[in-house]
Amino acid sequence: MTATPITARSMGTSLDRQDGREKVTGHATYAVEHPVDDVLQVWMVQAPVARGTVRRVDAGAALAHPGVVRVLDHESAPRMPADDDRDLEYSVLQDDRIRFRGQVVALVLAESSEAAREGARLVRVDYAEEPHAVTMDDAEAYAPESGVNGGHETDYADGDLDAAIHDSAVVVEQTYTTPHEFNSPMEPHGATALWDGAMLTMWDSTQAVHAMRSTFAPLLGLGEEQVRVLAPYVGGGFGSKGGPKAPDVAAALAALAVEGRPVRLATTRQQMFSLAGYRTQTVSHVRLGADADGRLRGVGHEAISQTSGFKEFAEQTASAARMLYAAEARSSTHRVVPLDVSVPSWMRAPGEMPGMFAHEVAMDELAVAAGIDPVELRVRNEPDVDPETGKPFNDRRLVECLRKGGERFGWTGRTGPTRATDGDWWVGTGVAASTYPTLWMPGNTCRIEVLDGGRYAVSIGAVDIGQGARTVLTQISADALGVDPSAVDLAVADSDLPVATVAGGSAGTGSWGTAIVQTAQQLRADHGADPEVGVHTTSTTEEYPDMEAHALHSFGAVYAEVRVHRWTGELRVPRLHGTFSVGRVINPVTGRSQLLGGLVMGLSGALFEEGWRDPRYGHVVTQDLASYHVAAHADVKDVQAFWLDEEDPLATPYGGRGIGEIGIVGTAAAIANAAYDATGIRVRDLPLTADRFLG
Amino acid sequence: MTLAVDGTEHTVDVDTRTTLLDALRERLGVTSVKKGCDHGQCGACTVLLDGRRHLTCLSLAVAHDGAEVTTASGLGEDDELHPVQQAFLDHDGYQCGYCTPGQVCSAVGALDELKEGHPSHVTEELEGEAEPTEEELRERMSGNLCRCGAYAGILAAVRQAAGEQEVAS
Repeated sequence: MTATPITARSMGTSLDRQDGREKVTGHATYAVEHPVDDVLQVWMVQAPVARGTVRRVDAGAALAHPGVVRVLDHESAPRMPADDDRDLEYSVLQDDRIRFRGQVVALVLAESSEAAREGARLVRVDYAEEPHAVTMDDAEAYAPESGVNGGHETDYADGDLDAAIHDSAVVVEQTYTTPHEFNSPMEPHGATALWDGAMLTMWDSTQAVHAMRSTFAPLLGLGEEQVRVLAPYVGGGFGSKGGPKAPDVAAALAALAVEGRPVRLATTRQQMFSLAGYRTQTVSHVRLGADADGRLRGVGHEAISQTSGFKEFAEQTASAARMLYAAEARSSTHRVVPLDVSVPSWMRAPGEMPGMFAHEVAMDELAVAAGIDPVELRVRNEPDVDPETGKPFNDRRLVECLRKGGERFGWTGRTGPTRATDGDWWVGTGVAASTYPTLWMPGNTCRIEVLDGGRYAVSIGAVDIGQGARTVLTQISADALGVDPSAVDLAVADSDLPVATVAGGSAGTGSWGTAIVQTAQQLRADHGADPEVGVHTTSTTEEYPDMEAHALHSFGAVYAEVRVHRWTGELRVPRLHGTFSVGRVINPVTGRSQLLGGLVMGLSGALFEEGWRDPRYGHVVTQDLASYHVAAHADVKDVQAFWLDEEDPLATPYGGRGIGEIGIVGTAAAIANAAYDATGIRVRDLPLTADRFLG
Repeated sequence: MTLAVDGTEHTVDVDTRTTLLDALRERLGVTSVKKGCDHGQCGACTVLLDGRRHLTCLSLAVAHDGAEVTTASGLGEDDELHPVQQAFLDHDGYQCGYCTPGQVCSAVGALDELKEGHPSHVTEELEGEAEPTEEELRERMSGNLCRCGAYAGILAAVRQAAGEQEVAS
């Protein structure tokens, strides 16, 4: 049966975080903290060249170091089954090829982390180096054949953009760039792993226990029943733990090599910058053409990003340009430059974050060029239906977000840079729109069993990475069953539980929650309102969201106040407000925290985050939290998140849409637009460092 | 060497290379102190060392023989949470929880430093008491990164705890 909408009782209330006490006392145990006896520590040895072959690994000195037990290289590591199509990111220690600087070329297993680390230093690796391409100028861009991330088409065109731009009274044509950015969750990737000869058990820092299992079993030549992945606590991910990364594979190989002994692999913060994915740099060439009254005639967005040469990841930077505003002609394209570098992957709102920076700064430029208030410009370009698909939107409330957010923020409208001053500070305000598509992942399964005393055991392999899954899934379960949340025993984060998809794409709660509601309704249909203790129901989701008839998206408006120091160029953000339309917010406390977290990460990207490659070898030199600064407490002032009171039964049976990513979208643009208002200086490249405002 | 951790005496063999953080986590199994960067840049490993907040990743264990270490796990009494821990719950001053034990220890230490009149980078007057203003608390908590961006909740939590402390004193 397909799920049907449920009534909110617990939803909309601020049920306490179900794992809060464990977190504030430090009793929550993360992946490498799982208690095991007689553990071996694993340290990764990384390639110092960008391309070539490993001629020989000399482990002699390492093995002579006290405490070092084993050294695994491409000849001695456990073999994966032959597979010509094997994902080369996961193909750790299976051949002698070096594909990027930082690739794992050996593993040292030792009785202590000090010995493992020293052992790694003592491993001698002889290389044959080959010419490599590591900067955007080193290789030719190409069009991804099978679309870009998120299931979007590589190229899209509707109407004649050149003609529309030609006929426009006002034209903005500019290039915008965003740098390499790194997810940098506070808990580095890592795992505790044990191979007992029949079963591989991994306590892993992952956003998806079942995806780990379904990837690892065939990769390692095991049956799915031989792999168990648990992720009881995960110290953030923001996309980087959405799928396996090389350290996860390395931990599994190390465990397989020492049957019966548990191993621990903790990625160092430095290694995170080469082995844990990142948001690729982007270059966006944007063309906007409008009539004198600001009505868009054409929207063009050509995006270039970078991928690794051995595994394609194409950031969907230009996807939002296809659906955001009405215009008779819209065109957007994606090209990627393949390099001998580590593999980019998901980082919070891949595509939308860098793409909407470009698009929404361009809109601000159009507002200035046309002499129209930037809020009014966006209102004038509201489409009646989704411009990309022609379908009606579920409930597009961007204008309401702009209006209500503007009222709260105190937006009074303007048509050019204000350049207000307060002592030595220029002061300005800016606005940008925000959007994120509603994704939904099929195949989620839930099991509900009736327990004693009117209690229910709800099981699904979802993962709580801090977004509050334990809490909101308890609330959804309670309302779906019509019981108090205290009557729900929720089990998550274990691949032995029913199959669940990733905590990612702002689709975790929606996809899991639909399975929970459907199973609760099936249980009631099969066993009535007062079922016997011990009966249970398991069901796998039927397609729920109405994506055939509607275009499902969330929207928001971000307002920023910025101060730029006249003499130093220092930029501060005293106020940052986001107002969002995201369907029902299940838990106002955890929901607000998620939206605030997105805004803060957007602020961080606007002001600070910039990864630099060494142009000689392509590795990231800003590989720690000092040279890659993320927003600290003093960087974050008055940040507030609001949402419209609404529910969206077209998206999920509980009426909510995902909220993990929309907070970051548009934020950097709002801040850049505010900096322009303050200074009259238009910065089109992130981050907005002080030097941009001097001279 | 010996370490008193959260009220329990331990004797532990360490390598001269072992940091206080690794001695706690890997030798003693005390995982209420976290490793985020191992470089003193994130604050996740903050404990109270002989009563003062301290980054355990930047200390060699052998330099702290006989020290008294309090982690977030040892802050409360019996089953009661420390007021700072309760305040973090009250204001949702966390999401993933990984930086949280360090934030909590740092907040306890920062409030003590304020009470003792230690100035910070943003304190106007170097003499006399510093007030627990938002600016002061943000500054004093800036050694503890939170990538989930829970700073608004953390600030509210530390303010609440600061208020309770004033009332209590």
